[in-house]
Formats: sequence, C-alpha cells, structure tokens
Amino acid sequence: MKRYKWLAPTFYIVFLMLPIYWLLNMSFKTTNEILGSFTLWPRKFTLENYTTIFTDPTWYNGYFNSLTYVGINTIISVSVALPAAYAFSRYRFLGDKHLFFWLLTNRMAPPAVFALPFFQLYSAVEMFDTHIAVAMAHALFNIPLAVWILEGFMSGVPKELDETAYVDGYSFPRFFIKIFIPVIISGIGVAAFFCFMFSWVELLLAKTLTSVAAKPIAAVMTRTASTSGYELGLLAAAGSLTIIPGAFVIYFVRNYIAKGFALGRV
Amino acid sequence: MTQKTTHQKAWLLVTPVVVLVAFNALIPLMTVVNYSFQETFGNNIFFWEGTHWFEEVLHSDRFAASLVRQIVFTTIILLIEIPFGVAIALSMPRKGPWVSVCLVMMALPLLIPWNVVGAMWNIFALPDIGLLGKTLNSLGFDYDYTQQPFSAWFTVILMDVWHWTSLVVLLSYAGLSSIPEAYYQAAKIDGASPWAIIRYIELPKMKRVLIIAFLLRFMDSFMIYTEPFVLTGGGPGNATTFLSIDLVKVALGQFDLGPAAAMSLIYFLIILLTCWLFYTLTMKDEAQ
Repeated sequence: MKRYKWLAPTFYIVFLMLPIYWLLNMSFKTTNEILGSFTLWPRKFTLENYTTIFTDPTWYNGYFNSLTYVGINTIISVSVALPAAYAFSRYRFLGDKHLFFWLLTNRMAPPAVFALPFFQLYSAVEMFDTHIAVAMAHALFNIPLAVWILEGFMSGVPKELDETAYVDGYSFPRFFIKIFIPVIISGIGVAAFFCFMFSWVELLLAKTLTSVAAKPIAAVMTRTASTSGYELGLLAAAGSLTIIPGAFVIYFVRNYIAKGFALGRV
Repeated sequence: MTQKTTHQKAWLLVTPVVVLVAFNALIPLMTVVNYSFQETFGNNIFFWEGTHWFEEVLHSDRFAASLVRQIVFTTIILLIEIPFGVAIALSMPRKGPWVSVCLVMMALPLLIPWNVVGAMWNIFALPDIGLLGKTLNSLGFDYDYTQQPFSAWFTVILMDVWHWTSLVVLLSYAGLSSIPEAYYQAAKIDGASPWAIIRYIELPKMKRVLIIAFLLRFMDSFMIYTEPFVLTGGGPGNATTFLSIDLVKVALGQFDLGPAAAMSLIYFLIILLTCWLFYTLTMKDEAQ
C-alpha cells in the first residue's frame, strides 16, 4: 500500500492542472482556431492576445488597480490587526471574548448582503470609485482574519519576552517594534498572505464599488465577456495573467502556508 | 497558554480595529435593517412596513427554492470535499523536496480570482470546444451545462471541488505535521495496523483543524456567488440560482430594497446560527 501512496496526490494535482492548462492553451490560440476546431495544443501559436492586453490601457490599468487596492488593504489590515492581536493574546479586558466573536462574525457575512449598503455608504462619503474604498470594504473580512491568525502566532511567544524587555526599560512601542515584531515576522507574513489572497480573489464588492478609475482587472474581464461577444482567447489570456501574482506570492510563503492555516483558535 | 493579566488599557490597542470594522459592518448592517422594515417609492421617502417583508420572504416559494438549492449544494460540497481532502492529506509525503512542490501546486486554485475560476471552467466545460465537455460527449454522455440542469449541477460541484478541496488538504496537512514522531514510533512498537494509526492517532489529532475546515467550507459555500454566476448565470432556468445569486438579482437587478433587505437578514442569521450551533456542539463534545 505504501508504494502506491504517491498516486493520490499526483492524480489530484493533474486534476488541478487540467483546467489551468486549458486556459493557457486557449490564450495562445487565435479566435479562429478556438471556434473552428478542437485542438489539444495551439497549432498556430500566437501572442496576439497578450499583446492586446499589454498595449490597451483599460486592460493593464485593471491589473494596476487590482494590485493597488489589494496592497492598500493588506497594509491597513495587518497594521491595525497587530496591536489588537497583541491585546487579545496578552490581556484580559472588559468584553474581550464578545469582541473577538463579533469580529469573527464579519467573516460570516455574505458579500452579497453588503454590496448595496457599501455602495451607498461609500457614495455618501464621496469615496466611490477609489482604491481606498475597495481596500476598506475588503478590510471587513480581512481584519478579523488577520487578528485571528496573528493572535495564534503571538500566543505561541512566551510572555517572559515582554516582561524581560519591560524590566530592561523598553517602552511599549519600542519593545513592540524592535523586539516583538521581528519575533513574529513569519506570522505577519502568513497574515499578509491571507489578506492578499482574499482581497485578490474577491470580485462582487470590488465591482460594486468601482466604475472607471479603480476598476479591477476581474471587472474588465466581465465587461469584455459580455460586450464584445466571444473573445475567448483574450479572456483566457487575461485570466492566465491573473494567476501569476498568486503563484508568485505562494512561492514565497510556501513553508508557512500550512502553519498559518493550523493556527488560530476559532 | 500563559496567564493573561487583566488590563483595561488593552482597549486602546483594539480601538483601531473596532473603529474600522464598526464603520464597515455596523453602518451597512443598519442600512439593511432600516430597509427591511420600510417601503419606498424612490426620492428617499420611506413608509413603515413592520414585519411585512419578512413574512413575505418567509412565505415565498422563490426564497424556499433558492434555500433548498443552497442547502443541497452545501451538503454535497461538504460530503465530497472533507473526506477527499483528508484522504489526499494522509497520502501526501511528510518530508523531502516534494512537500513544497505539492503545497505550491495545490494552493494555486485558491489564489485565482473567483470570476476567473468561473470563466476558466466555462471554457473548460464547453461541450464543443472545452476539454471536459468534449471528452464527456465523445465518451457517449449527453453533456451540455448550458441546457441541462443536471449537467449544470455536475459542473458547478466539480468546479467547487477543484477550487476548494485544497483548503481542506492544507488544513489537514497542517494538523498532521503537528503530530510528534514519537506517536508513530509507539504505534509501530505496538504493531498497530495502518488503519488503526489513521483512526486512533491521525484523525483525533486533526479534529481541531477539521472543525476549522468544516466551518470555513460551510460559510464560503453558503455564500458562493461569483463562480456559479460566471459559469452558468444561475441557469439553465433557475437550476443553479443559489441564495447569493438570487439576492443580488432582487437587490441590484430589480432594486426591491425591502424584500432584499429582509432576505439578507434571514440569510445572515442562518449562517450565524449554523456556525454557532456547530461550534458549540463540537466543543461540548470535546469538553467531555
């Protein structure tokens, strides 16, 4: 039995790669070949679809917009979650358990419920169609997640570290920045990874809160799919390009992913 | 772990999070609550409606149908993804160069934007030019997800298994790698069978992460919107119209604010209650 153990993960990975391969395959084909025949690999290899994306500002701005709000969101979420996670892991205070649970309930709110109220809220404060608005909206589910993950990591750090530092005359902010943050840097990496991930993949809120200036790449794709008919090759090329940032980020945190999922105490 | 000290100033550290989340959660939630009790004909004029919308939604066949579809979908998803994910995690290598390769490849679907997942499966499953659709049809199955409800369900479920099983795998794998080597050595000395090792060492040790996996998969599959929307648009007919798709149709499509708001609150409450019940029950079990 042991000898054939590798079969299951291998088949699973092949299953995972098939649709991705098909997307890449389509992205290198001409529209004629896609619609005219069924071919397992591109016969007339073309980079035309990618050229269109890299030369048309509505396309490549979509990528910049997405990366901008994802970046802002990750920075906001992690930086406000750091002190809060420290408070939850070190101190008992009035209403701490209720507060923690309330934060987590926001992870359970369907984005569809919040789409319309968010639109009205951010229009009212005149932030509609800005990167900040999307970043703030995504913070609704990313802050609780970041607090949850960081709290798990911080609870693993012995309290003696804090006490020794205070005895040595460190003030809280100096201790936090100089000593504590370097100790939990891998936790920060994992939290940032998850914030990046959930902000990067979400579309409903990002689409509702933007129209032109901050339109995410995902929404640009939806528009192409619906208005200019069946440009499958272009759609496939744009889709393939959205996989790259994710793959890049996973590669960097590969050793911490499993750990990040396991920590935290629901 | 360590003793916590009581210190009310800790509230200062939590304030930024509370302010940000409250701004994002409470104001929109109050807007929804507000709409759910009122009727409007535009121009910001509202009339008190009491619990009328709630009664209407609870009695409507449309809501009941979406809810049933949603429950069936989530049940199938959990029944497939949890055992499948655990099985894959159990058969993964524990050490060596292949671990990173497996983890990176498996995590890949999790980082693809949800509408790209939908678009990718749309292309992959097209009956005439998609790899999956073409293969199924040439094997003699009559498969067309744009026309047949059964094919549409099959595709949506397969897509979700593709998309999210890796989350269960990663979580279970994390649980497994926290088991000390000594446990396995002890089992070996006692002559435990491979099945006994799984049943009495590995599964109990994975319990905690499995609860997290179950909760996350329950919440996310219950809220699913983008992937089936891009793949099937809720069709054919209403065959794959799940709760979120239905809700967006009512709220942003028809702009029926009252019913949409009432529906939102009922929807949110169902998720909260289920998570709370499941969590209390499993944790009570653990305490015994």
